Amino acid sequence: MSETTNILVVGIGGQGVMTATEILAEAAIALGHDVKKTEVAGMAQRGGVVSSHLRFGQRVLSPQITPGTADLLLAFEPAEGMRWRHMLRPSGQALMNVGRLTPPVVDLGLYDYPADPIAAVRAAGTRVVAFDATSIAVKLGEIRLGNTVMLGAISAYLPFSADVLEAAVLKRFAARKPALLELNRQAFAAGRAAAEQAAAHNTDSAREAAVPA
Amino acid sequence: MAPAASLNPAPAHSRLFMSGNDAVARAVWEAGVRVAAAYPGTPATEMLEVLSTYPDLYTEWSVNEKVSLEVAFGAAMAGSRSFCAMKHVGMNVAADALMTLTLTGVVGGLVIAVADDVGLSSSQNEQDSRTWGRFAHIPVFEPADSQEAYDFALAAFELSERFQTPVLLRLTTRVCHVKALVTVGERHTRPAAGFAKESSRWVMVPGHAARRLPLMFEREQQLAIAAAESSLNYVEDGGDRRLGFIASGPACMHVRESFPDSPMFKLGFSYPAPIERLREFAASVDRVVVAEEVEPLLETELKAAGIAVIGKDILPRIGELAPNVLKPAIARLLGEPAPESSVAAPLPVFPRPPTMCVACPHLGVYYTLSQVKNITVSGDIGCYTLGAGHPWNALDACISMGASMGMALGLDKGRGEADADRRIVAVIGDSTFMHMGMQGLLDIVYNRGNVTVLLLDNRAVGMTGGQNNPGNGRGIHGEEAPRVDFEQLVKALGVREERVHVVNPYELPTLFKRLREETKIPEPSVIITNQPCVLVQDYQRKSPFMVEEDTCTGCGNCVDIGCPAIHVTRRDTVLKPNGKEVARSFVRIETAACTGCGLCLQPCAPKAIVPASVAGKVHVLQPH
Ligand code: SF4
Ligand code: SF4
Ligand code: SF4
Repeated sequence: MSETTNILVVGIGGQGVMTATEILAEAAIALGHDVKKTEVAGMAQRGGVVSSHLRFGQRVLSPQITPGTADLLLAFEPAEGMRWRHMLRPSGQALMNVGRLTPPVVDLGLYDYPADPIAAVRAAGTRVVAFDATSIAVKLGEIRLGNTVMLGAISAYLPFSADVLEAAVLKRFAARKPALLELNRQAFAAGRAAAEQAAAHNTDSAREAAVPA
Repeated sequence: MAPAASLNPAPAHSRLFMSGNDAVARAVWEAGVRVAAAYPGTPATEMLEVLSTYPDLYTEWSVNEKVSLEVAFGAAMAGSRSFCAMKHVGMNVAADALMTLTLTGVVGGLVIAVADDVGLSSSQNEQDSRTWGRFAHIPVFEPADSQEAYDFALAAFELSERFQTPVLLRLTTRVCHVKALVTVGERHTRPAAGFAKESSRWVMVPGHAARRLPLMFEREQQLAIAAAESSLNYVEDGGDRRLGFIASGPACMHVRESFPDSPMFKLGFSYPAPIERLREFAASVDRVVVAEEVEPLLETELKAAGIAVIGKDILPRIGELAPNVLKPAIARLLGEPAPESSVAAPLPVFPRPPTMCVACPHLGVYYTLSQVKNITVSGDIGCYTLGAGHPWNALDACISMGASMGMALGLDKGRGEADADRRIVAVIGDSTFMHMGMQGLLDIVYNRGNVTVLLLDNRAVGMTGGQNNPGNGRGIHGEEAPRVDFEQLVKALGVREERVHVVNPYELPTLFKRLREETKIPEPSVIITNQPCVLVQDYQRKSPFMVEEDTCTGCGNCVDIGCPAIHVTRRDTVLKPNGKEVARSFVRIETAACTGCGLCLQPCAPKAIVPASVAGKVHVLQPH
């Protein structure tokens, strides 16, 4: 019944969550979909929780994803993935960066950072593909490539070809920062490979777990 | 930070992915508006920001919403189409002008876009601006998405000129900041009609106003007829006649999404409400629910007209009427089982409130305030409101723009016995000071208040994204503009020369000393901090720092600065020789983020914070 695809992109102000959602939106528009995108971002420039809703399909009415109906959750930070996992439908897929960002309230000892957010989301019954987008970006020499890595990771899970998304990423950079074009191409490919590897590993461990000890 | 002027606007008939704010800006440009003014405020800011990138019209950042409305009104008197945008609370400031310009009416079309922060994403309250339509007897349009924001803005100019009335374009966060596809059109220029002297119309003395009052009410009656005939008000039919909806704004989208088979009366021109058409609609279904955000305005009017409707009896008076709010409420009404009760509960995660930026010039101010004993801090609206949070807990009150001044004077004059020794400090940013704070300071001086004012001059409207203002000496397009001299300004308001100090907020000892001294002296004083917001182009990064692990004693002093680049790596408690237990926090600095502002070095006694490059260690950027 759901012809509308619901993607929730979450993270922290300053990580590029909104830009990533914008690029996903551009890809969906390029394919002729009706698209709506909406954000709830905190009041300051950075550091707060950001969640960006993207809906596309034949005709999109409400811009908001109703809790329990998201198809995909793309989490730029693991604890944020945990915060929003209830937005996924039961069979939804979470794609999570493992790179942690601890907020001042945790540094001050007022709250604890969850021991293992990925495990917590899995324990709640959600399928998770986890990978280290932060390290990949840093290895490519620019932490801000993180959002292209994340887009690469989600590209295999979309109801359209990964090439469409890659083209949207590259189009954006060709227009704004041509010097970074090649790096973004690499970041996209690396993100895609990382998610594939993680998914394969999941299947392997599932198989192992199925083997009686 | 100003967007570049005169970008080539997309050609007519383009289909563009636009936020509601982008769409309004495009429509305003196409409508041939000649003058547009605003004071930044979430979620309205981008309307003027984007409009300033269009060619061939005058745009300005005004110092407050009242001035912006007066500017737009002046242009409308001169016969130009004009526009002004503000967030909901801005209208409280502008209302003085609004409540009388509704009597004079306009010549050139005047559209006032008011953006309500339904859901409180970035505001101090959740007021419903549609109330102003009733109060000022002016029409209200309520678009539901970007395309409607564009269409309705164009229609609003037509209506404004037809009835010579200002029109309120009521948006909410969920229109302003939602992006969707919009088909745009062509620009039509409109020459200004010119100002025609007519004192009985433009000079609102009691005699003249008395003659304009009946005209205003006549206009309102004519508008009710126009609303009844308007194509912005229509019924979307549906097969399930058990329940019909009357909805306006984004609530329409949520209703359509949630109840695709229910008939809905979609109100775009929502005030004056087309009562008789709504009565007919109500008669065509078994029951009617009014879905309006947020006050029961229409509901009350319909009930008063004898139409049986259901509204806030079953729907919340707070926040958005999203599908997950509507569906269970309606299920309950219809006696059906609650839908999707299977939605999982959120997993528990720490809160992540917004933080000030790494190296923000306000950090030193709040660190200092947190170290001074026995003070009450009267605060204001801007990034620096975050000073109320951890680790500083150094802001004690905040209500509205500029209120820090008056509240501080009141805290001084109204102090009880217990507060006899308390020092009163007011904290206000440059932009907020120019918006509404100056008058309060004048009042403090005139009435001999004992208040120390910290005027945080960061040369930008930091919170809304660093818009230009008279404090940074740049106009809306980034061009040079006359720059206000705060030192001279506060002296002109009567603060004595010896009581005015300009301090670099990164020099903690000086700041601390000044604050201590000035709070002891029982007369008004002003300490101006003079370093820019790190996000504006004036900001100069320096070489970053790192923590030498072996030297760090875990005293935790640097953590109290509140810079988000400082992270605690390890925490423990040790027993001191004197038998006292002491908690220790060992830290690291995220060198890639550190701008080298030097704040955290100052409370570090063992000098464990050193330049990252000099330390001789290879620095590797760490995943957090
Ligand atoms: S935007 Fe500017 S003023 Fe606001 S927290 Fe960041 S640095 Fe400070
Ligand atoms: S010097 Fe210290 S306070 Fe300043 S930016 Fe670096 S870590 Fe933050
Ligand atoms: S102030 Fe210096 S010694 Fe104390 S925790 Fe910070 S770096 Fe370590």
